[in-house]
Amino acid sequence: MRGLTFDIAHMLAGSLVVVSFLQLYQDRLSALINIFAMHALVLALSVAWQAHAQLAPHLYITAAIALVFKAIVIPVALRRIIVRLGIHREIETVVGVGPAMLLGIGLVALAMVVMLRVTADADPLAREDLAFALSVVLLGLLMMVTRRNAVSQVIGFMSLENGLVLAATGAKGMPLVVEISVAFSVLIAFIVIGIFLFRIRERFDTVDMQAMDRFRGEQR
Amino acid sequence: MRIDALSGVLLIPALAACLLAALPGYRLTSRLNVVATLLTLLTAVSLFFVEPKSGDYLLMDDLNKVFIVLTTFVSFTTSVFSASYIGHEIEIGRLKLSYVRFYHAMYQVMMFGMNLALVANNIGLMWVAIEIATLSTVLMVGIYRTHAALEAAWKYFILGSVGIALALFGTILIYMAARPVIGEGLYAMVWTVLVAHAANFDPALLNVAFVFLLLGYGTKVGLAPLHAWLPDAHAEGPTPISAVLSGLLLNVALYALLRFKMLLALNPAAIAPGPLMVTMGLVSCVFAAFMLYRRRDIKRMFAYSSIEHMGIIVFAFGMGGPLANFAGLLHMTMHSLTKSAIFYAVGHISQVKGTQKISDMGGLTVTHPVLGWGLVLGVVAIAGLPPLGIFMSEFLVVSSTFSRQPWLVMILVFGILVALGGLFLRLNTITFGEPRGPTTPAQASYVPMFAHLAIVFMAGIYLPPALVTGFQNVARLLG
Repeated sequence: MRGLTFDIAHMLAGSLVVVSFLQLYQDRLSALINIFAMHALVLALSVAWQAHAQLAPHLYITAAIALVFKAIVIPVALRRIIVRLGIHREIETVVGVGPAMLLGIGLVALAMVVMLRVTADADPLAREDLAFALSVVLLGLLMMVTRRNAVSQVIGFMSLENGLVLAATGAKGMPLVVEISVAFSVLIAFIVIGIFLFRIRERFDTVDMQAMDRFRGEQR
Repeated sequence: MRIDALSGVLLIPALAACLLAALPGYRLTSRLNVVATLLTLLTAVSLFFVEPKSGDYLLMDDLNKVFIVLTTFVSFTTSVFSASYIGHEIEIGRLKLSYVRFYHAMYQVMMFGMNLALVANNIGLMWVAIEIATLSTVLMVGIYRTHAALEAAWKYFILGSVGIALALFGTILIYMAARPVIGEGLYAMVWTVLVAHAANFDPALLNVAFVFLLLGYGTKVGLAPLHAWLPDAHAEGPTPISAVLSGLLLNVALYALLRFKMLLALNPAAIAPGPLMVTMGLVSCVFAAFMLYRRRDIKRMFAYSSIEHMGIIVFAFGMGGPLANFAGLLHMTMHSLTKSAIFYAVGHISQVKGTQKISDMGGLTVTHPVLGWGLVLGVVAIAGLPPLGIFMSEFLVVSSTFSRQPWLVMILVFGILVALGGLFLRLNTITFGEPRGPTTPAQASYVPMFAHLAIVFMAGIYLPPALVTGFQNVARLLG
């Protein structure tokens, strides 16, 4: 793979990392959901491009799942949930923007150092994809630990899964069973999360995890 | 897919899950649940007589045979316990009748997930199976829908998902390492093919992959820095689920870890996975031992004890070698049996006392002699006192590794002794002294608990030669 094909693949995977950074500093839930939809859109484009470049038509299915399910259905559903819960205007900051971004940059640097060093013999696109994918995974983790709100934790988890899909598609010729399972697991995960969100609402009148922390098993 | 014993242990739970999801009530369904797990157990035992061949998707060797039989056995006894436990929960109205259908279906889904993880001959399939098992337990932990149960389920879900995500990344890296050697496609994810070619894989990729897999599946094993979900999930879910979590799900995650360890061991240039596992095992053991002292919730206390024992097991497997592996395998079996027996006792105890708080229990040997002495026996076993099975296996762990790493073993023994102190301190409050709390007689099924304890007792005195040779074969396989 040479020239333009490589450059476009590179650009799309790189943009996924950039969008992950955008997610990090969104302090309003509705904005965060928009950025997540963008994240999924970039992923879909990236996967579709991989399908084209690797001549692997089954990857178009993965791209379609990412586009329809993650870029459209989930954001719409999440928006309805937060409007119904009345938290769409809520602002949350646990770690400030500055420290979060710095931590994020550190994690991306770590991902690059680790992955580029160990995959020296692999083909260039795969190794860059893996490095970007690990960055997205780590940024997703960072988002999960810096947020208190259940909805933003879920979005952090889903962007983490996007990173995994990027890695799975970058690994050339990986059997379809994995891509479907990844997409499927997101589906299951989302159902589970949905159930939980509604149950949490029923019980606490808030989806703020700080409120849940009061119910620590030891202090009853 | 051929229909043989191997696919049988998958088909029976899958069919039972569909059936149980459709049937109302709880008397019939809890019995059907028992029947389904019994059938699965019988199918699993038949593996000893007619050994099916492994295919591209399903794998059969000495290692997973042991795990499958242990898993199906404990899931059978737990379903017997669960029948009486759930009956009581419905009588007191803690569990709604409409949830029972869901509970039984999920129980079978979990069995399906665990069995699939054990027989899968594909690293991707195994990952999917462990995810299925995890998600079904998450749903069951939250089934009481109290504040604490929801928090526990949420924490378990988030930490479990992160773990499973890291494990998937590691799985992808293994595929990347295998692809240049084996070629693209399905075969680069098949265990038997991977093992045959492991020596030629890129060692650097394998190393990074193992770190991710250790962190990912290590979260599910409950190793120390990643254990935060475990006490909550054990304490807030229904007790049969605590029993299968401790007795089985942790083992299944450990099984995945062991498979990858075997893969790394075949590549001479890759890092030795042993020291990483030994470190995490020791940290878990000592940390959990100290955590036992401040527990006020009985189920939470035994959850920490599970972390401690998983630490010992991972330590033994990390040290490696036929003897230490044998000891680890024996300890794993004994721990599964003992811990689930303890949870059977604890389940009925918290039902009769109406609480899980240790301070509200007391004098159990006077008010409920059978349950009380059952718990005493279980704790004596889990603390590692002779002549029971855990003493035997802990002794083997220590004696097989002492000559190689005396200082590390000293730390391990220290952890075991600290845990012993913590367990007996609490046991004293619960079972002896002034009787506290309700004294209504328990409607309990004692058979599963005493069956497990009897096996553990037997194993401490006499191990059948067939079992010893079987375990020795597996230990050699593990390298």
